[in-house]
Amino acid sequence: MSDVTLRIWRGAEGEGAFEEYSCSYDPGMVVLDVVHRVQAEQAPDMAVRWNCKAGKCGSCSAEINGSPKLMCMTRLDTLDTSEPITIEPMQSFPHMKDLVTNVSSNYRAKKSIRKFKPRAPDNADGTWTMHQEDVDRVQEFRKCIECFLCQDVCHVLREHHLHDEFVGPRHFVYSAALEMHPLDTEDRLADLKKTQGVGFCNITKCCTKVCPESITITDNAIIPLKERVVDEFFDPVTKLFRIFKPKKTDS
Amino acid sequence: MADIVTVETDVIVVGAGGAGLRAAVEARAQGASVVLICKSLLGKAHTVMAEGGMAAAMANVDDRDDWRTHFADTMRGGQYLNNWKMAENHAREAPDRVRELEAWGAVFDRTKTGRILQRNFGGHRYPRLAHVGDRTGLELIRTLQDHAIHESIDVHMEMTVVSLLKEDGRVCGCVAYDRERGRFKAFRAGALILATGGIGKAFRITSNSWEYTGDGHALAYRAGADLRDMEFVQFHPTGMVWPLSVAGILVTEGVRGEGGVLRNSEGKRFMFDDIPDLYKHQTANNEEEGWRYVTGDKDARRPPELLTRDHVARCIVREIREGRGSPHGGVYLDIGWLREKMTDSEEHIKRKLPSMYHQFKELAGIDITKEAMEVGPTTHYVMGGVAVDGDTQMSTVPGLFAAGECAGGLHGANRLGGNSLSDLVVFGKRAGEHAAKFAKEHGSGGASDASIDGAIKEALEPFERSAGNENPYQVQRDLQLMMQAKVGIVRTEHEMAEAIEGITALKQRAANCSVDGNREYNPGWHTALDLKNLLTVAEAIARSAIEREESRGAHFREDKPEKDEHWGGRNLVTSMQDDGSMRVREEPTIEMPNELKQIIEENQL
Repeated sequence: MSDVTLRIWRGAEGEGAFEEYSCSYDPGMVVLDVVHRVQAEQAPDMAVRWNCKAGKCGSCSAEINGSPKLMCMTRLDTLDTSEPITIEPMQSFPHMKDLVTNVSSNYRAKKSIRKFKPRAPDNADGTWTMHQEDVDRVQEFRKCIECFLCQDVCHVLREHHLHDEFVGPRHFVYSAALEMHPLDTEDRLADLKKTQGVGFCNITKCCTKVCPESITITDNAIIPLKERVVDEFFDPVTKLFRIFKPKKTDS
Repeated sequence: MADIVTVETDVIVVGAGGAGLRAAVEARAQGASVVLICKSLLGKAHTVMAEGGMAAAMANVDDRDDWRTHFADTMRGGQYLNNWKMAENHAREAPDRVRELEAWGAVFDRTKTGRILQRNFGGHRYPRLAHVGDRTGLELIRTLQDHAIHESIDVHMEMTVVSLLKEDGRVCGCVAYDRERGRFKAFRAGALILATGGIGKAFRITSNSWEYTGDGHALAYRAGADLRDMEFVQFHPTGMVWPLSVAGILVTEGVRGEGGVLRNSEGKRFMFDDIPDLYKHQTANNEEEGWRYVTGDKDARRPPELLTRDHVARCIVREIREGRGSPHGGVYLDIGWLREKMTDSEEHIKRKLPSMYHQFKELAGIDITKEAMEVGPTTHYVMGGVAVDGDTQMSTVPGLFAAGECAGGLHGANRLGGNSLSDLVVFGKRAGEHAAKFAKEHGSGGASDASIDGAIKEALEPFERSAGNENPYQVQRDLQLMMQAKVGIVRTEHEMAEAIEGITALKQRAANCSVDGNREYNPGWHTALDLKNLLTVAEAIARSAIEREESRGAHFREDKPEKDEHWGGRNLVTSMQDDGSMRVREEPTIEMPNELKQIIEENQL
């Protein structure tokens, strides 16, 4: 057993300060374990959001030594424990208490995206025929655990606070999963361009780097969406062509 | 008059995992107004952790499968203590519920002909589990969530129910507090559905999250509803055992479905040593046949690693107790051995079991394509729950419904893997439909302000007590350690009696818990409130377990290791008596109609 010093942000609604806690830890422990130990032994009212403690629910997002991470998947032995470890709430979202932030903007953003609209079933029993190679890329996007670390790190949200004009990387991944779904017939390109702000993204790939599910957010989701928007709204040939031949039908 | 916000609606759904979401969607579809209360943020419920898949006899991979076989498998797995009506409804309706998810956008793995792929799992005769790699639960909850948000459901996130409201013998609302501010709200409705999940936090080693404190079980019990089968707690055979901090995290049965084998420290596949008679005719008796089964040979019988969870868990405990365990107190689960059988085993394993690969790599520093995992049993699921009608999901209290893990009956003495996710959607839908109907027929009920005030006053008591009393985290931990030691996988009368005494002492301590700080997002306070529910379910488990004087399904007694004919026809029902004490009574199982008996007969061989 060894000791580590944690500097944890304590306070409510943006007001507060780092407090230092000294805590013992065992081999293999993750940051969430020591946060819980501090909570059980020294600070019972310390707010921290968590659920599965296995990297599957995306609840315990925080900034550890300045890096956006899941606390449950960050092993202490990957950090320098000879120095204090800084743990603070995600900076892109309004602060609630201690390590907990108000992430409700994400729920609003998702609701603004048009829902899945499948084509008519292929088979008499109401089912569809889809092959694995047709769904592989959509399945990558559907791995998302909605931890919102990509939203946290995205400078459009973090520095420019355009939460109302830009839905952010998580929701481009969601839009891409719908747009590239083999069965979907809805058209979301106008929304992406006009109200969801896909143009604000300048593909710095910060989101991709922090994704705990290793989804290639920028390359596989955002760039193809940008290309589709460009094809739809800015390519004169396509535009002319589309007048006579709609891209998607509701067959 | 309680000075709090009151919300009126037709149907309240408590819990927003698979069952709660499906119930809310259905109640809305029936025209009811719906309030959905979730303890965490939407989409974070424990359903996300389900890995292997959802069982439904679609016969996409093996055309011999049908609902009858699924029904018979479920009943055999439950040792015939199941509510057969639920088992029948479940087997018949699961395929439609899976297809419905596809229509709502779920993207399941595919067969070569482009249909929904199904995989092998313990206790299922044919490959039956629709799945998405090893993250099927995430796919299910996200699909339902993304569908539900467009259905005008009034969602209250991070809100915990502390009490149900009753009037004239029916449930007509609840009192809850919000996590963010610690403010109370009253909800009044015509019907209420509990979909709160399980009780895993009553034990030390568990795959369950902090939310799993038996809230629905305890709320229903206190409202006068019967609980059933509470002695049956499933210990999943394969949880992580090392590092200690991750002990209990689930290792999906899918690993064994894909060909993973269990070995002891001597390198022996010990599951061949003890195959129960009930399963002998359908279990491989050599390694070669087991492998042929994994590769889809329809003439081969399944490997013994895919026996039911209760049995596999006990075999693992036996190996550990007899000194053939791994260094950290588990046994070895090896999927890496597939390299002997296929050239691209590394890619294959990563594609089929991506979360497991990731989980072991990140948390234990182990590459499962090369090294064996160390695994041991972990508290995973409670078969017992609120006793409900098999068609409507209504409890013994009018207006109170239950669906999913917090309802009892479908799984009897032991649940088959994959039957949980299908349970959620089959009975979530049924509960939603019938709760909406009940609300329409009976209208909204009114509950007295005094009962609302009383619930709030009780919930605030931990703040009234002077600091320096009991620490709620410590009481919770002591309860978990005791339940793990005395009412765990292997039980004896002596230890269970000690546990019942221990629970009485812990109740005293829980009533003496104090909390620091204020009501805003205060986990110490939340833990103190959850304790009451945990103690209720712990007591129900211990009292039921000591009553059942035999070993059956997930309930194993070292002092009564055999099955007993008397108990084979009895369910145990837990209820609260007028003086507030707990009573456990025997009830004979309800006889099956001949048609269903015949199905079981036909599927014996």
